[in-house]
Amino acid sequence: MELKEKLVSSFMAFENTVDVDSSVHDIRIDAMKAFEAQGFPHKKLEAWKYTSLKSILKHDFSVFPKENEALDYKDIKKYFIHDIDAYKIIFVDGKYSSHLSATTHDGIDVCLMSSALAKPKYKVIIDNYFNKIATKDGLSSLNTAFSAEGAYIHIPKNKVVEKPIQIIHFSTGNEAALMLQPRNLIVVDENSHVQIIERHQSLTENPVLTNSVTEIFANKRAIVDYYKIQNDKQSASLIDNTFVNQKQESIAKVHTFSFGGKLTRNNLNFYQNGERIDSTMKGITIIGDKQHVDHNTLVHHIEPNCESHQDYKGIFDANSTGVFNGKVVVEKEAQKTNAFQANNNILVSDKATINTKPQLEIFADDVRCTHGCTIGQLDESAMFYLRSRGIPEKEARGLLMFAFSNNVLDSVKIPEIKSRITKLIAQKLGVNIGFDL
Amino acid sequence: MSKYTEDDLREELKTKEYEYGFYTDIESETFPNGLNEDIVRAISKKKEEPEWMTNWRLEAFKVWKEMTEPEWANVHYQKPDFQAISYYSAPNSKPKYDSIDEVDPELLATFEKLGISLDEQKKLAGVAMDVVVDSVSVATTFKKTLAEKGIIFMSISEAIQEHPELVKKYIGTVVPTKDNFYAALNSAVFSDGSFCYIPKGVRCPMELSTYFRINQAGTGQFERTLVVADEGSYVSYLEGCTAPSRDENQLHAAVVELIALDDAEIKYSTVQNWYPGNAEGKGGVYNFVTKRGLCEKNAKISWTQVETGSAVTWKYPSCVLKGDNSIGEFYSIAVTNNYQQADTGTKMIHLGKNTKSTIISKGISAGKSQNSYRGLVQISSRAENARNFSQCDSLLMGNECGAHTFPYIEAKNKSAQIEHEATTSKIGEDQIFYCNQRGIDTEKAIALIVNGFSKDVLNKLPMEFAVEAQKLLEISLEGSVG
Repeated sequence: MELKEKLVSSFMAFENTVDVDSSVHDIRIDAMKAFEAQGFPHKKLEAWKYTSLKSILKHDFSVFPKENEALDYKDIKKYFIHDIDAYKIIFVDGKYSSHLSATTHDGIDVCLMSSALAKPKYKVIIDNYFNKIATKDGLSSLNTAFSAEGAYIHIPKNKVVEKPIQIIHFSTGNEAALMLQPRNLIVVDENSHVQIIERHQSLTENPVLTNSVTEIFANKRAIVDYYKIQNDKQSASLIDNTFVNQKQESIAKVHTFSFGGKLTRNNLNFYQNGERIDSTMKGITIIGDKQHVDHNTLVHHIEPNCESHQDYKGIFDANSTGVFNGKVVVEKEAQKTNAFQANNNILVSDKATINTKPQLEIFADDVRCTHGCTIGQLDESAMFYLRSRGIPEKEARGLLMFAFSNNVLDSVKIPEIKSRITKLIAQKLGVNIGFDL
Repeated sequence: MSKYTEDDLREELKTKEYEYGFYTDIESETFPNGLNEDIVRAISKKKEEPEWMTNWRLEAFKVWKEMTEPEWANVHYQKPDFQAISYYSAPNSKPKYDSIDEVDPELLATFEKLGISLDEQKKLAGVAMDVVVDSVSVATTFKKTLAEKGIIFMSISEAIQEHPELVKKYIGTVVPTKDNFYAALNSAVFSDGSFCYIPKGVRCPMELSTYFRINQAGTGQFERTLVVADEGSYVSYLEGCTAPSRDENQLHAAVVELIALDDAEIKYSTVQNWYPGNAEGKGGVYNFVTKRGLCEKNAKISWTQVETGSAVTWKYPSCVLKGDNSIGEFYSIAVTNNYQQADTGTKMIHLGKNTKSTIISKGISAGKSQNSYRGLVQISSRAENARNFSQCDSLLMGNECGAHTFPYIEAKNKSAQIEHEATTSKIGEDQIFYCNQRGIDTEKAIALIVNGFSKDVLNKLPMEFAVEAQKLLEISLEGSVG
């Protein structure tokens, strides 16, 4: 049976298992209709021109995972940023794992989507924010239809969350093939500040497809720092849909580090609903084998005096494919917009491919919008400089590539993440950089 | 162009008013509206074409019937009704006006600004005038010079009769009939166009232009151009005219094919200033053009275009860099005002080793217009050391227009070096202030700044065109800034 049919027929069964109030119920039914009408995206769609899901959708994914065995913390410790104190929301095969997690209701809500959907005290937030900015395309709708579990984070006014929040989704492979659909909602109220680290990790070679939707609301003067670490197994694929709605003077930053996984698609959408907003999207992609990473970004400048910064670096080896599709839309009212977009790539192998499409759509005249995009090689003279000082070729290459991607790390606020990413880059490039940042 | 000196130019400008002959087709007639196999056959028969050509047209027609209009371009317009168009209309020799006083004064004012002579004005506006006897001799002189070098330059219908072997060999090789909806339509019903062949090692001594050719009036809406530069030759080809042309045909679907064999170079310049519709966006020409060039070893193709007219433009002059060391260039200025829409750009397909391409695109949007750049740079896995530089700059005037860029970059070879830059901005208030301060009024200041903005492209135009194009930019943007 085709995956689409399977999902459609599973929906009825799913609806019976969740007991929810009627408003979310209606949203789910509508979303299912939208998915039925659109199905999975295909290459004919402009946004999916360079990314095909065909080879992934052929697996017979199970939609409702069985109860799993408990994981031992020491086995999976390496997937945490364990050297800092953090709130933790941990899922194993889509189910919440209470013994691995550390949630809180003390002044802030760091808990579960399932309880937020069920308990009346969260109803106001759910009514106001749930599924308000997620797009109605096939994949997001599919997630909405099956939305039941994920992280729910609500930071009320004037709170600076002391510790970062880690959200990790593990899959244990106790199903032959598993499809996960986490749904996260993050609401940060006025003047509040939060840091979030997200990771998807498969623990076996069984295929996993994650279709995740995260809605982030940064209200007035809120600061949201979001880090996505993607270094999954070759069997795992991830379609990440993140939507960020910003109110005036808020600052939102999303850093995406893509180092692995069979297919990774990042749909990252920013909507600037207010003045003097700052949006930052940065990414480092270092992949090889037959991996495929697709960054699809959108910044929608709706109001005046806002800024956006995009900086994506990519290094592609072996048979890997990189896609960057960045879109900046500046509405007529959004005067004095300053939008910056850069995409720099290095192809290491002749079999690697990079497709990039930085796109500007501008309707306002008093703006400064630039984009730049390069595909090139390492500087020969820099290589010579290093080698003439006795640094072996491999290390020299590694150092230069590290330098190439390093400036993306400048805006990372958590030192532990910085050093973790530095190590990952060194590991990916196969060199010992010999210093910690 | 070593032999072409300023004196030649002066001489040429002096004689320019004589360059227009007057062609009268006695058997002027128009086919009934609509398109079917019989019409295609009839067009072919009318032109007394050989059988292979008729079959080629029919083949294209068959393909066209299966195709649908492309929807991906960033333009919105009322789709033309293809059954409501007459596909053959002999050049209209009947004067539209009896004297120049009847011509739209606005049009005359534009002519004045472009510095077009009175006789020429009459000709362009379609006013009846006496046949200038000299014109025939001027054209003949050109023809003679060309013939001495062995250059073939004639209308494509003549070429089909006189040089069928060349036409048959090259037509449809760069833009196949199946290429796209409008190319297929053009292949089926093309009315006329130009054919140019430069023999081996010949450097064409003059800018070839439809200007200089008699019998070219009203090539109609489905123009077909084929330029073949044989090994080691050079040709510079000019198409279009800076003067505004009020054409009654709403749909224009031209096809241009360039073939540069080993070591050859083709420079193709276009100035397009068709009727853009009135200030409310009513009327205007739809310009859906397929232009493509093929470069063999060490060959070079350079496209330069100044697009100021047409209500809707859909045009992507492209280069297929097939041979090693071949070079493709694209320089473009697209100006849109009022309700005009332009979706234009280029494709650079790098297939050979050490291929190079340069793209410079300047978009200027004013009024309520939409201006898009759409480009593709593709480096195939065998194209070692391919190099591309692209720059797309947009200038916005007023807050009701839009500028868009859709660059596609696909690289499959690690030795590729690709740079792409794009900026969008408006004319700086400080720049205007600087000019005002020095006694230059705002309108002039804007013209100055726009010229500076488009200088990179204007410089690539042949000289006589560049001067006119500069004025044309001014006129196109007139009144767009308050």
